[in-house]
Amino acid sequence: MKLPISWLKEYVDVDIDADELAHRLTMAGNEVDSVERHGHIDDVVVGEVLSVVPHPNADTLTVVRVNDGDTEHEVVCGAPNVAAGQRIAFARLGATLNDPYSDEPDAKRKLRRAKIRGVESRGMVCSERELGLGENHDGILVLDPGAAIGTPIGEVIGDTVLDLELTPNRPDCLGVVGLARDVGALTGKTVRTPCLNYAESQVSVNDRARVTIQDPDLCPRYLGAVIEGVTVGESPAWLKDRITAIGERPINNVVDATNFVMFELGQPLHAFDYDRVVDHHVIVRRATAGETLETLDGTERKLDTESLLIADPEAGIGLAGVIGGKHSEITDSTSSVFLESANFNPQNNRRTAGAMGIRTEATLRFEKGLRADLAAVAIRRCVRIILEVAGGSACEGLIDEYPGRGNEQTHVPLTRAHIARVMGIEYDDSQVESILASLGFEFDSTHDGWNVAIPYWRGDIAIPEDLIEEIARIGGYDNLATTNLSGAIPSSAEPQAGAFRRRVSDILVAQGLHQMFSYVAVAPGQQDAVASALPLPAPLTVENPVSADHMALRSTLRTAVMEAAARNTRTWRGPVAMYETGVVFLRSEDAPLPDEVTMLVAVMTGPRTGLDWHEQDAESDFYDIKGVAENLLEGLGIEAEWNVTEAPGFQSGTCAEITTGGKNARVLGHCGQVDSDHWSRFDASTARGFMLELNVDVLEALVGDSTKGDSYAPYIRYPESHRDLALVMSLQTPVGDALKVCRQNKLVTSATVFDVYQGEGVPADMKSVAIRVVYQSDRGTLAAKQVDRAESQIVGRLERELGATLRT
Amino acid sequence: MTDSDAAAEHILDTLTPAEDPAQLEARALHELRSAGSDAELEDWRIRYLGRRGELTAMLRSVADMPVEQRRDAGTELNRLKSVLADAHTSARDALKSAAQSDARRDALDVTLPGRRAKLGGLHPSEMMMREILQAFNEMGFRTVEGPLVELEHYNFDMLNIPADHPARDLQDTLWVDRQAAQRSLLRTQTSPMQIRTMEIQQPPVRVVSPGLCFRQEATDATHEWQFHQIEGLAVDVGVTMSDLKGTLYEFARKVFGGERKIRFRCDYFPFVEPGVDVSVDWNGQWVEIMGAGMVHPKVLEGVGYDSSKYTGFAFGMGPERIAMLKYDIEDIRHFFSNDLRFLTQF
Repeated sequence: MKLPISWLKEYVDVDIDADELAHRLTMAGNEVDSVERHGHIDDVVVGEVLSVVPHPNADTLTVVRVNDGDTEHEVVCGAPNVAAGQRIAFARLGATLNDPYSDEPDAKRKLRRAKIRGVESRGMVCSERELGLGENHDGILVLDPGAAIGTPIGEVIGDTVLDLELTPNRPDCLGVVGLARDVGALTGKTVRTPCLNYAESQVSVNDRARVTIQDPDLCPRYLGAVIEGVTVGESPAWLKDRITAIGERPINNVVDATNFVMFELGQPLHAFDYDRVVDHHVIVRRATAGETLETLDGTERKLDTESLLIADPEAGIGLAGVIGGKHSEITDSTSSVFLESANFNPQNNRRTAGAMGIRTEATLRFEKGLRADLAAVAIRRCVRIILEVAGGSACEGLIDEYPGRGNEQTHVPLTRAHIARVMGIEYDDSQVESILASLGFEFDSTHDGWNVAIPYWRGDIAIPEDLIEEIARIGGYDNLATTNLSGAIPSSAEPQAGAFRRRVSDILVAQGLHQMFSYVAVAPGQQDAVASALPLPAPLTVENPVSADHMALRSTLRTAVMEAAARNTRTWRGPVAMYETGVVFLRSEDAPLPDEVTMLVAVMTGPRTGLDWHEQDAESDFYDIKGVAENLLEGLGIEAEWNVTEAPGFQSGTCAEITTGGKNARVLGHCGQVDSDHWSRFDASTARGFMLELNVDVLEALVGDSTKGDSYAPYIRYPESHRDLALVMSLQTPVGDALKVCRQNKLVTSATVFDVYQGEGVPADMKSVAIRVVYQSDRGTLAAKQVDRAESQIVGRLERELGATLRT
Repeated sequence: MTDSDAAAEHILDTLTPAEDPAQLEARALHELRSAGSDAELEDWRIRYLGRRGELTAMLRSVADMPVEQRRDAGTELNRLKSVLADAHTSARDALKSAAQSDARRDALDVTLPGRRAKLGGLHPSEMMMREILQAFNEMGFRTVEGPLVELEHYNFDMLNIPADHPARDLQDTLWVDRQAAQRSLLRTQTSPMQIRTMEIQQPPVRVVSPGLCFRQEATDATHEWQFHQIEGLAVDVGVTMSDLKGTLYEFARKVFGGERKIRFRCDYFPFVEPGVDVSVDWNGQWVEIMGAGMVHPKVLEGVGYDSSKYTGFAFGMGPERIAMLKYDIEDIRHFFSNDLRFLTQF
């Protein structure tokens, strides 16, 4: 909403500058986006034409003497309308003016001394176009004779326009008078309301037209007026200026009058060509199935049965509260006007506008909910303006169909206790009353407060809290107290949500991984690139995505993390190690919402350490990401088993399934090298990427209640002895199996691989594995014999079960 | 008797005590010059100054001298003792400083980089959220989370934003299923967790709810269609707007430090009344960081709370916007770009 200060001043005196006004309005809830100043030009002042004499060397030019309040100047002028005694806009040398001869609309030029046909010109008498006020360049702009000589031009012709971003609850502020009421309350000034009086003819409006409301649920009130003998034409300058200043385009005097009143009072109105309304009978009804209407913008619109139509007995003449019909529009040949000022159901109005895909200044107001009495005020104002600008005579009385009479709430009770209960501070009665009065609210005192009448322009006031906000916003929030919550802190056994995820993050970050957040909606094709092989259902989609790249709700985090890791390999020199924990969406057949499962995906690729003087730079591999996973699982206290598997998305023979082990093993996730075909699709500068995927929800369920700790086991105080086993075993036999055999012996406290070797000295298809086995007992120091026996038991099992032999 | 004194005794036996003090002094100082190690220095000390050293023996022999010689001899020998002791001290210091300068020559180059474990990092949004959540957790607000795909019922209807209400224009919605009986969408705000929390809990309520939110919005340097939000809610008997101010004041101090002030200005959110926009003083400027207000009675009644008994406040803020302020980040799109050149700076 644009608010020209000059228009505002019609209704309220403003004696603070525009920036301060903008600040006060903003603090009170009417946010001012920008303050635009028009017509202020440095070095242009009010001048007086002292004399005009013909130019000695040119017939069409004159030489003009001007007094600018300081000195006199002689300038050459080409305007035919310049005359001695005029007050004019005089530009001194150095002023920057619009260039009237440029093709570009906003081209500027600086005024310099010039010699025109042998006469020196020191300044300029300006036209409208040079001042940026309009298109007129046929002559100079002649100012009001009372303008004081030497006054900066901005103070005479300039205006300041506040551009407001209004909230949906204040349709009254979509009218200048509504804003004036706030300004009045904020500055302590009295508001002058527009004049509604006009002379009526002897002809009763009821003899000229008739209104029938067939669907009162959508139209609680409809007022009509008839103005006969109007002369449709261009609006007078003052009206065009108002319409232009607010950012609209003047159309003709009748339409401009309806727009003027809409921008003044916030009530949309519509003028029909009276003679085009069949039987002069206006019917307000829902459209029938398949009914169409050609609207003012020339579009043939197909209506649905919830669209409210303004019709005559034959056809629709307007889409109620949205846009008028083409057939009955006001034209130059219109001689009588049927003027509509109605109240429409806001939800239906918004629905219809949405369905038709049009938002007009009318729907912007109706959808927010206007009070029915506003229509009655606005129609009088509009008849008065039409009579003023288009002539004619107004029929006596108004048609006022009001089926919704009595349905609107009229009062809101407000108690002192309620104000204190909400705000936490008490207001003086006098303060409450003066704020309510300043906003134009009428009220009666009650024993514990006030009974406040809802004014016809405030459709948003319904409950005491609405009034409390009025008191707070006009009184200002700065005097609010600063107190702490005084009640008890609610008790809850629930853990802080997200605590487990944060624990997972902390462990991963400590191992050099960087957390990332990706978009939850991705390009469907891109997800297919890795998910096609996964057993995932078709992804859920967003019906109206911001772009095709964000259409499918992710059912895996793999795509996003791989994409980010691959992209970083092209710009990042060090190791690339990234992870995301977040939800994926899985269709749920029996619930209205999808399942949201929290997953973890980590991807590592590129060098292990980056360039480093301590060690050779090596590419990270499977065991780097496995180490991360092992630390994570151990950090969470989860014992896991790793088994080779074939899984979609992973390179064959490089993938481990991670489970809880045992008979009822639960799958925790997978870890391995990303399938090289998939990896190459992400255009990474590295050849291989390694990925870990874990189901965080499953991990959290396993870890369980963090308030219950695992029992501690006393450490063994007796000395340990260690023996190294050098084994030769098949390449196909997992070393993990050998470790398991070692650890299953009850004297063994740990078994650690410290060398794996293939090659010379070891038969083909075999590997040599060195394991350090630590023996210890909590019953006493182990004798060499006991260790010997345990070791031979282990070796025996390794030979029998795994075909391993001791290396000799 | 110490081992070294025993050794000295042995040495004594081999010496002829026929020298005069001057000769002894010359010989001792000569020998001292050739002592090149701590052990040789110690041997020298014992030989001359030890309990059974030569000088000590000479001093002892003064007792056997005639009375008239004793004073001069005593004076002379005591001078000699202090000369030798001083010489020993300076020889020892010289040796020590020589050793130190050798050690310095072989010193580590402490400027070479250390052997480092790789350091990862949390995403700046996560860091900001943790900081904000902690501030409220400390004030008794419990963290709760809810679904990202939400029912229209929770995201709008229960929050006093019915269908065909212009307030829906404030939050352009990404719909997931508009045809279903229960229409679903990507939540536009974390506020639905207010409803989900109150539905299962009676007052007093104090919760904060972080998470992703989504809007059908064109993306530019200050707008993202996906962003995090943190919602807060407190409902109890006697919760007031002044409590809201006090709570947010405390939050601002915990997160922004110092004696931060906050300022309310009137604003409109359908689920609060009165509604305010909250600014914090940031280097002398008021910067808007969140929306807040007193929970609308319709919202309380909707979940079955008695609005004549209970009042509540709610607030919502964007961690990315606060991080942009705090870390001077110029473009909100960095947050979901996942570029290590950005992520490693936090």
